[in-house]
Amino acid sequence: MKRIKIMLLGFAAALMLVTGASQAATPKNTFVLAKDIADIITMDPAEVFELTTGEIIANIYDRIMMFEPEDLQSLVGGVAESWEVSKDGKTITFKVRSGLKFHSGNPVRAEDVAWSLQRVVKLNKTPAFIVTQFGWSADNVDSLVKATDDSHVQITITEEFSPGLVLNALSAGIASVVDKELVMSHEKDGDLGYEWLKSNSAGSGAFSLKTWKANEIVTLQANAGYRHGKPGMERIIFRHVAEPSSQRLLLEKGDIDMARNLTPDQVKGISGNSDIAVDGHPKGTIVYMAANAGHPILGKQEVVQAMRHLVDYDSMANSFLAGQFVVHQAFWPAGLWGALETIPYKQDIAKAKSLMASAGHADGFELTIHTLTNSPFPEIAQSVQANLAKGGIKANIVTLEGKTLWPKYRAREHDIILARWSPDYVDPHSNADAFANNPDNRFEAKKTGHLTWRNAWSDDASNKLAIMARNELDLDKRKQQYLELQAMLQKKGPFVIMFQQNEQVARRKNIKGFVSGSNFDLVFYRNVTKQ
Amino acid sequence: MTTLTVRDWLLAEVPHSKTQARCQRIFISWLAFKRNPVAMIGLLIIISLIAVALLAPWITASDALELDLANRLQPPGSEHWLGTDELGRDILDRIIWGSRITLYIVGLVSIIVVPIGLVIGIVAGYIGGWVDTFLMRLTDIFLAFPRLILAMALVAALGPGLENAVLAIALTTWSPFARIARAEALTIRNSDFILAARMQGVSTAGILSRHVAPLCMSSVIVRLTLDMAGIILTAAGLGFLGLGAQPPTPEWGAMISLGRQYLIDQWWVPTMPGIAILVVSLGFNLLGDGLRDVFDPKSGG
Amino acid sequence: MASAEAVGPGLVLPPKLVKVTGVIASLILTFIGLTAITFTIGRVMPADPVLAIVGDRASQEVYDQVFFQLGLDQPIYVQYFKYLGQLLQGDLGTSIMTAQPVAEDILRFFPATLELATVATLLGVFVGIPMGVLAAVNQGRWIDHVVRIIGLIGYSAPIFWLGMIAILIFYFKLDWVAGPGRLDVFYDSIVDPVSGILILDAALAGEWDIFHNAIAHLILPASILGTFALAYIARMTRSFMLDQLSQEYILTARVKGIPEWRVIWGHAFRNVLVQLITIIGLTYASLLEGSVLTETIFSWPGIGLYITNSLFNNDMNAVLGGTIVVGVCFVGINMLSDLLYKLVDPRVR
Repeated sequence: MKRIKIMLLGFAAALMLVTGASQAATPKNTFVLAKDIADIITMDPAEVFELTTGEIIANIYDRIMMFEPEDLQSLVGGVAESWEVSKDGKTITFKVRSGLKFHSGNPVRAEDVAWSLQRVVKLNKTPAFIVTQFGWSADNVDSLVKATDDSHVQITITEEFSPGLVLNALSAGIASVVDKELVMSHEKDGDLGYEWLKSNSAGSGAFSLKTWKANEIVTLQANAGYRHGKPGMERIIFRHVAEPSSQRLLLEKGDIDMARNLTPDQVKGISGNSDIAVDGHPKGTIVYMAANAGHPILGKQEVVQAMRHLVDYDSMANSFLAGQFVVHQAFWPAGLWGALETIPYKQDIAKAKSLMASAGHADGFELTIHTLTNSPFPEIAQSVQANLAKGGIKANIVTLEGKTLWPKYRAREHDIILARWSPDYVDPHSNADAFANNPDNRFEAKKTGHLTWRNAWSDDASNKLAIMARNELDLDKRKQQYLELQAMLQKKGPFVIMFQQNEQVARRKNIKGFVSGSNFDLVFYRNVTKQ
Repeated sequence: MTTLTVRDWLLAEVPHSKTQARCQRIFISWLAFKRNPVAMIGLLIIISLIAVALLAPWITASDALELDLANRLQPPGSEHWLGTDELGRDILDRIIWGSRITLYIVGLVSIIVVPIGLVIGIVAGYIGGWVDTFLMRLTDIFLAFPRLILAMALVAALGPGLENAVLAIALTTWSPFARIARAEALTIRNSDFILAARMQGVSTAGILSRHVAPLCMSSVIVRLTLDMAGIILTAAGLGFLGLGAQPPTPEWGAMISLGRQYLIDQWWVPTMPGIAILVVSLGFNLLGDGLRDVFDPKSGG
Repeated sequence: MASAEAVGPGLVLPPKLVKVTGVIASLILTFIGLTAITFTIGRVMPADPVLAIVGDRASQEVYDQVFFQLGLDQPIYVQYFKYLGQLLQGDLGTSIMTAQPVAEDILRFFPATLELATVATLLGVFVGIPMGVLAAVNQGRWIDHVVRIIGLIGYSAPIFWLGMIAILIFYFKLDWVAGPGRLDVFYDSIVDPVSGILILDAALAGEWDIFHNAIAHLILPASILGTFALAYIARMTRSFMLDQLSQEYILTARVKGIPEWRVIWGHAFRNVLVQLITIIGLTYASLLEGSVLTETIFSWPGIGLYITNSLFNNDMNAVLGGTIVVGVCFVGINMLSDLLYKLVDPRVR
């Protein structure tokens, strides 16, 4: 008996000795943020399209055109100092800034710029469509995109596109300027450095990639010679924390400086903590429901219209979504050029019922809502389920991980999908092409990049307007066309657009300078400082 | 003729019929069981679980599915004894309705696992030879899998949902039962009454079903009860990972998962379902211990 | 059974050889069964491995390109044999999630689980055994009941729930331990991964700050995982001890005047020790699997978390590789325990 007591005491003493050493504060020159970074699968800008990696490469690579943290609304030249558009709008010549250097020390030349774009087209990975839509392919890109001399790059498009759109597209991740010499020195079997660039970096931006351990950590190292000046922090560490509740714990204890994935309830919970501040950043992510027009009942416009009147947008936005989602009912996010900000729908059960009746389904019917497993989707789904029940629609919910959900969606195997969408690049065509344009509705055509196709919906008026706006050279006219297109989609089509994201970022009060713009990759770390 | 009370009949020295013999065995086991207070607590818990599940529509105030967004995250109080969850639903009600799901899981898994394990085990043990080797290889393969991981993989492949989770759990749990049944069958295989039955011309199937199986039942049942807690915990684990029952079904593991983010300020949301799991699991463990003490006191503990 | 076995017409081999080949044959069969089942599950998954690589926005063209690259157009048994072939050469494929070879990933993650499971088992052993002995010696008295209750709770509580609450109390409210994760991030990559086991590596390198930090992070998950081990070991120890203490030779020893503590530890416990070794082996094996939920709660970068994440990302090579490695260890440890038990217990023949 005595022995046991002694053992227990010894154990407790050892415990005290050991745990006293848990330091909490983060080092002065390192910025540590917690985020779910499980979506990172590659660091190659020609392949990147995930949310987290998007913002990481935005800080590693300078792009041809850029939005800068000092003024997120204006498109300016990044690696390009100036540009000239030809009369027919089909050729743009860029002048490359002089004196720029890559992290390796190599100079940034026109050759690198041209090669980076050529590489994107030749590798033809997922985001390549952003530039291949201009008519570029592996066969012609070397002649359509070329360095005319050491400091000039000329690009020519063969499709009808507004040059405004082209410039916007060149602010996307695929326009990252990559260090040709460095990457080619690691080339294997003619892969243009693809294998190597998956887990390394070759940029000229504010930071370089120091480490990436999947699902664990990403470390960025400051580039002291960056053209905008030395970044405020020596190192940026992305720490993978999948659960928002853990992020909150770590933030409150000071183990991290910033938490990116807190839920509205957690934000409310830390409001009492005087060391923490919460900032709201309007984002371009839209939450929407899509009804499969191939479904015999959901294909009827009155039924979808009824659903638009059944959803109780306000009650969700004011309760569990409060602060992080606002009601938005058009396909282009508010705050961006060309966005329609009218909110035509509120819950109106009587109207919904009469619409259902005129569609011949006064008794309602049954369907399944497929959605994602992570908050707030299950909660929104359950709310919508309750809302739809008031109109006689019995909804079953199935939550799936993205990788299990998307194949269903792409194969048109759903009734209703509740998901989110963010623009691939900052131009209204990016979403218009998804929500309003359907080039070929046949199942064999597999136009899976278009949400219209996924929902088996095609409308001539909508298609026409989308293409017209895409090509329009006059900016004012173009804006009007997009407003018209969004209004059209609010009344017809398979989409019930519900919310727009407002990212709430919680930080320790001594952190300043974090900038997060409306697009998923417009997140800048170079101005972050720690008091 | 003297009139016998039921108790006298059950305690008679010499049973006059097979039915009486069976009833006597059960009664005597019951008396042994009753003497163990801890086992009785286990039984009480399980009976309460069944009662609560059966009486759910009458003892709950709501159907636990109706949203009440204005009343989210209320702390335990007079109106909601265990508080409300993230969508305003009463937690106590959800736990009560969730007990049905727990029983459903437990029941369904048992119905699948016992016959499969029993059949495979006694066939292997009784017939022996190649059949035995083959069936035991099969059993070993399933035993070689870490249970939770195999269940996760199966559910991920079949798609999340309560029935698929049950199937996955059943497929990962039957192996030990086959082993137990086989061990029993091996011991009984050469006993006299089996030989007698065989000489009487009873078919193998007949022997297996009428003689071997009943004798293996008690060990299998004991093992089942002991494993029950593990089954519940595995089901909760799958629910926690999002692979089990789908929202808004009030499965306890899923409730913990969805409530986890509220742990700091609204601790009751994920904590209460966990307590429910703990209590039920405990109940089955105690019951299993008690049963094992009665039927197989040698294994001790 | 022990005599020379007839393996075929006229072929009689010495029994030892038959036994060994039997064991090896069964191992190979189990291995094939394991891989076949896991592989099939992987291919049956509704989650799309191609989409996991190209993402939801990919056009059909890009999708097809990768589809053929992965060899998914071929019949399933062709794919399986190709996989098996690579497996036997030590090539577990490449992970989609990490863009690294799965074998390297597993080498990176496995030691973390090993560390966790080992410390948890040690806790279970050094706390559980004394508890079990104590309970047996004081059977029926309050301490026996306390031990049984602790054991039962450790056995019956959902481990992820326990872990969740433990983090809240011991990290958040009391500040006694470090938070989720294995190490504070800014200590990352400083210590050379010699064995992969952080506390060992840190100690070897003399980096005591990191050592302390690692232990501060390790202690809570190991304790939670260890609770399960502790409950089981205490329970079995108690029952074995009760069994021993009721035997004749114990009575004889007492009558002979041997001091009580000697009787308990020198005689009874000695005989229990061997049985306990097999129990500990079984516990260790089950902890390898049990770590899945613990690692999820504590963000512990071990193989359990790796497999879970791979499953959700439909990273089939990673899931297969991880499951096979864990499965092999599982079988290996169980087999060892079985062997030890057979060696020791003459009744089981």
